Amino acid sequence: MTTTDATTATAPGVIGQRLLRREDPALLTGEAKFTNDMHVPGALHLAVLRSPYAHARITKVDVSAALQVPGVRAAYSGADLADLWAAPMPCAWPVTDDMKNPPHHPLATDKVCYVGDGVACVLADSDTAAHDALEAIDVEYEALEAVTDLEDALSDRVLVHEDLGTNTSYTWALKVEESEGAVDRAFAEAAHTVSERYVQQRLIPMAMEPRAVLSMPQPFGGDVTLYSATQVPHILKVMTAITLGIGEHQVRVVAPSVGGGFGSKLNVYAEELLCVALSRKHGVPVRWNETRSENTMATIHGRGQIQHIELAADDNGKLTGIRVRLIGDMGAYLQLVTPGIPLLGAFLYAGVYDLPKAYDFECTSVFTTMTPTDAYRGAGRPEATYAIERAMDALAGEVGVDPLELRRRNFIPTESYPYEAFSGLTYDSANHDGAATMAAEMLGYDELRARQAEQNVDGASKRIGIGVSSYFEMCGLAPSRVLASLNYGAGGWEAATVRVLPTSKVQVVTGSTPHGQGHETSWSMIAAEKLGIAPEDIDVLHSDTAVSPLGLDTYGSRSLPVGGVAVAMACDKVIDKAKQIAAHQLEASPDDLEFAGGAFTVKGSPDRTMPLAAIAFEAFTAHDLPDGLEPNLEAQVTYDPPNFSWPFGTHMCAVEVDVDTGEIEILKYVAIDDCGVQVNPLIVDGQVHGGVVQGIAQALYEEAVYDTDGNLTTSTLAEYLVPAASDVPPITTGHTVTPSPTNQLGVKGVGEAGTIGAAPAVINAVVDALSGLGVRDVPMPASPLNVWNAINHAQEAPK
Amino acid sequence: MIPAAFDYVRAGSAEEAVSLIAEHGEDAKFLAGGHSLLPLMKLRLAQPTVLIDIGRVNDLSYVRDGGDHVAIGALTRHMDVETSDVLREHAPLLAHAASHVGDPQVRHRGTIGGSIAHADPASDLPAATLALGATYVVQGPNGTREIAAADFYEGFLTTSMAADEMLTEIRVPKMGGAGWGFQKFNRRAQDWAIVGVAAWRRNGDAGVALVNMGSVPILASSVASALAGGASIDDAAEQAAAEADPQADLNASVEYRIHLAKVLTRRALEAASG
Repeated sequence: MTTTDATTATAPGVIGQRLLRREDPALLTGEAKFTNDMHVPGALHLAVLRSPYAHARITKVDVSAALQVPGVRAAYSGADLADLWAAPMPCAWPVTDDMKNPPHHPLATDKVCYVGDGVACVLADSDTAAHDALEAIDVEYEALEAVTDLEDALSDRVLVHEDLGTNTSYTWALKVEESEGAVDRAFAEAAHTVSERYVQQRLIPMAMEPRAVLSMPQPFGGDVTLYSATQVPHILKVMTAITLGIGEHQVRVVAPSVGGGFGSKLNVYAEELLCVALSRKHGVPVRWNETRSENTMATIHGRGQIQHIELAADDNGKLTGIRVRLIGDMGAYLQLVTPGIPLLGAFLYAGVYDLPKAYDFECTSVFTTMTPTDAYRGAGRPEATYAIERAMDALAGEVGVDPLELRRRNFIPTESYPYEAFSGLTYDSANHDGAATMAAEMLGYDELRARQAEQNVDGASKRIGIGVSSYFEMCGLAPSRVLASLNYGAGGWEAATVRVLPTSKVQVVTGSTPHGQGHETSWSMIAAEKLGIAPEDIDVLHSDTAVSPLGLDTYGSRSLPVGGVAVAMACDKVIDKAKQIAAHQLEASPDDLEFAGGAFTVKGSPDRTMPLAAIAFEAFTAHDLPDGLEPNLEAQVTYDPPNFSWPFGTHMCAVEVDVDTGEIEILKYVAIDDCGVQVNPLIVDGQVHGGVVQGIAQALYEEAVYDTDGNLTTSTLAEYLVPAASDVPPITTGHTVTPSPTNQLGVKGVGEAGTIGAAPAVINAVVDALSGLGVRDVPMPASPLNVWNAINHAQEAPK
Repeated sequence: MIPAAFDYVRAGSAEEAVSLIAEHGEDAKFLAGGHSLLPLMKLRLAQPTVLIDIGRVNDLSYVRDGGDHVAIGALTRHMDVETSDVLREHAPLLAHAASHVGDPQVRHRGTIGGSIAHADPASDLPAATLALGATYVVQGPNGTREIAAADFYEGFLTTSMAADEMLTEIRVPKMGGAGWGFQKFNRRAQDWAIVGVAAWRRNGDAGVALVNMGSVPILASSVASALAGGASIDDAAEQAAAEADPQADLNASVEYRIHLAKVLTRRALEAASG
C-alpha cells in the first residue's frame, strides 16, 4: 500500500499509529450491550400495526379483539393517543420560509400515506403476544391512488396531503453569477455542452442492528430515561421533550452499543415517542424492537433524486458553466432533516473543478406515497458527485479527450488553496492532481487503456472499462453561521470535557455519539498525544445525556474534525491550568515551563520537573494551589468550526462486462483518499472499505423498488441485495496527506468519502466498457438485466 | 419476523414421522434443515400449527453406492452431498450443484430432501436431480414407493407426494464417464439462481434441466433431442427455453430469462463436452 506517512509531523507520537480498536473485543465476542440486550423485568412490549396501503383513508380502527389475545395489556388506535402529542414529529430543517410540512404524528389518524405508516399499536407481556394481537386489530381503509413517480408527483395529479393543495414541499435555488446572465452566456458561447439525466435510486440504509427502544419512567416525579439505538441522543432528548411536552431536564437519553446507522438513526422516530409516552401513561417500562421487515419500510430511506445536469465548456474542455435541476423525493412526510439533504449537495455539483461564477442550481422536492427519505451515508454529496463525475465523462466523450485528462484540465490548482469557490465557500486545502496521479499509478491506468484497446474489438464478448471519479467531501458539519444561512434549526458545534482524575487517569467526555466508528480508540489517542500519557489510561465517555449533557452527535463525517478537535482543545485548557499549578510548585514563571512527555520542566533545568500525575493530585487535594485557582484538573470546550473540512481524492475502477449476460466483474478497485492527518490509519482504511462497498452497492446491487400501487417489493434481504463479502472485490487503498489548515490536528474526516467516490467510478467504468456498443448510460443499480437492456437499446437505436 | 404460535414434536424415525403427520393432518409440516420453511413462517406466509422435526432422524443421512445408482438419504446435508467421494465419482454434477446452494451456513443446515420436497423451481438440487434422471423414494402409511423426478414436480411448490408421505431417499443413476456442466447465474453468491442450467453428455445421450425457468424445474428435452439429432451445441442451446414458462421478477424480464437460458445452456454443454 502506498501511504504517505501521516505521523511525520508529530512523530514519535500516538497519532498516526494503527492501534487496534479498543471497542472490538466486546463487539466480536458478543459482550457489547445493545438496547435489545437489556433485561428489564416487567417491561411491556410495543408492536405497531402498519398500513398495507400506500395511500388510503382510515374509515375504522377497532382494537377490541386485540385486547382478548392472551398477554395483551392495551391496544390503541392513532385517535386514542392523539392527546399525548404536544407537537407533531419534528423537522429541524425548514429550508425555505414557505416550505410545506404536513403534520406528522406517531400514529396516523385519518389517512395513511405509505406502506408501513403506523395506524395502531399493542402493549403486551411479550413481543410474540404483541405481534399476534396485531392480527386481531380490525382496520378498514378506503384505498386511494399511490404516487411513486417523482415527475407524476410534481404534476399534482394525485395529492398526498390534500390540505397542502400541492405535492411540492419547496423549491430552493442557488444561483451564482459573476454578472447577470452569466450562466446563459456560458452555454450560448460554449464550444461543448452536455445535458444529462441521472436517477439516484432509493436506498435502504440497512444498519446491521435494526432500531430498538426502551423507555424507563421513574416511579416519582415524571423523569424518564430513554434507551435507543440512535446516532443522536442529544438531539433526541430535546425533540422528545418538545414533542411530548415534558421538561427537557426530565428526559435522559442513552444510546448503548449501536450497530450502525449510516444516517438512518439520525432521526426522531414514532416508536421512540410511542415508547416514552406509553411508558409514562402506564407507569412501566415499554420497549420496542424493530423487525427487519419493519426496518425496510418504517426506517428512513436514502437518495431518491432525479438529476438534470448541464455542463458548458470551452474548446479545451475547461468548464465555463453548470446548470442543475433536481427533483427530490421526500417520501410521505418530512422527517428530521429530510428537506435539507439535497442542499448538502447543492454546493458540490462543480466537484473538484475550477468553475467561474456561472452556476445555477435549483431543487424542487415532492411528497410521494413512499417511506420518508432522509440522510444516508453522504447525504446529498454522493448524489452531487455522481452527477458531476458522470457528466465529466460525457463531456470527455464530447471533447474527445481521455476522462482523466479532462479532469486534469479542470482540477482546482494546488497552489490556489485555500480556494474561494464560486459559491463563496472556501475550500481549505487539496492536491487533486496528486491523488489522481497516485490512483492512476496504482491502478495501472495506462496499461489498462492499452489492454482495453486490444480487447474491446467488434464482437468481443467481454469488454473492459475504466472509471475515474474525483471528489470533494464537504464535511465537518458545520460552522453554525453557515447552518443559519441554510435555515437549519441548530448549530454545528461540538463539546468535549477532559478530566484528569486524582490518580492521573483521564476521562474524556464527548458529545460525539459513536455507533461503529471507533471514537473511543481515536479520542483516547488524541488525548494521549496531547497529554503525554498512554491511551490505556484514558477512558472515553459518551452517548448518555446525563454523562455528556452537551453534544450534537455523529453524522456528516463531523466527529473527528469537530468533536475530536474539541477534545484536543480541552486538553490544551487542561495543560494551561496544570502549568499554573506546576509553576507554583516549581517556583518558576509559567513562561519558563516546557510541557513534554507528560511533565512540566523548567527550561534549562531538567531536574526541576513535575509530572501531570503529581499535578493532578495537587489539584485534587487543593492543599497548595496558586491563589484564586479552582481545585481539580478539568476543562470543557465547545468548539464551533470556522469552516467545513474538505477531504478529497480519486477513485478508479476497472471492470470487465460479459456482453452475453450483462454480468459485471470488478477487476480492480483503487481508492486514494486524502482526509488530512490520520489519527488512526487502521480506522481510516476500515471507513474507506465500508464506504466503498456501500458505493459499489448503490452502483451494482441495491434499490428500494416500489410497484405502481406503492408496495415495497424489496422488503426482505432476499430481494434487497446488500452485497456480501463474496460479492465485492479487493479494495486497494492509498492516501495522500494534505492537512487541514483550519484545525490544530490537521484532520478532515473520512466517514463518507468511500461512498462518495465509489458509485461514479464504477458506473463510469461500466459505461466506458460498453461505449463501443453505443451505450451512453446504464441506470443504477447496473444489474445484469439493466446492462443487458442498455446494450440492446443501444444496438437497436438508429446509428 | 416473529412466527405465529405452533406446536413442536420430534420424530425419531421415518415411521414415526409418517404416523405423526397422519395424526396431525394438513396443518402439520415436516421440519428438516428449516432453511425454506422457517423464513416463510417468520414472515407469517406459512403458519403450520404443528412442526414435526425430522432433523434428528440420523439414519436418513447417508450417501451409499447402490450398484447402478447412488442412494442419498433425504436428510443428508448439502455439505455432505458436496463433499461425498461416492457422488464426486459417480455423479459429480450433483456434488458440484450442492456446492452452489446458499452459503456455508445454509449448506451445513439445509438438506437435499428438504430442498427437493419444497420443490422451489429456483432451487438448484431439484433441477440437478431432474437432469440426472433421479428417482425419489417416498414413505407413507402403506410403505414406500418410487417417483421418477420427471413425474414429481406438479406445480409451484407442489409435488406428487401425498400429504401423508415423506421423502426418504434420492437415487441418482451413476454417470461415470459423462461430461457435465452446471451454470448458476445470480447477482450475489448466496442467492437463488436467476437462471441455472444443469447438463450432462455421454456418448449420444444428454440431459439438461433448468432452474427458475417456470413454476417447476424444467427438463429441457428439446435440447437433448436436438443434440441426439446431431445439432451443434449452439443450435441445440437455441432450444433451451422450448419447454420453459418463465416469469418476470425484479432480476429478470421474460425475454432476458429466455436469453440467459440459451447462453447458459450453451456454456453448460460446452463444459459437458470439454
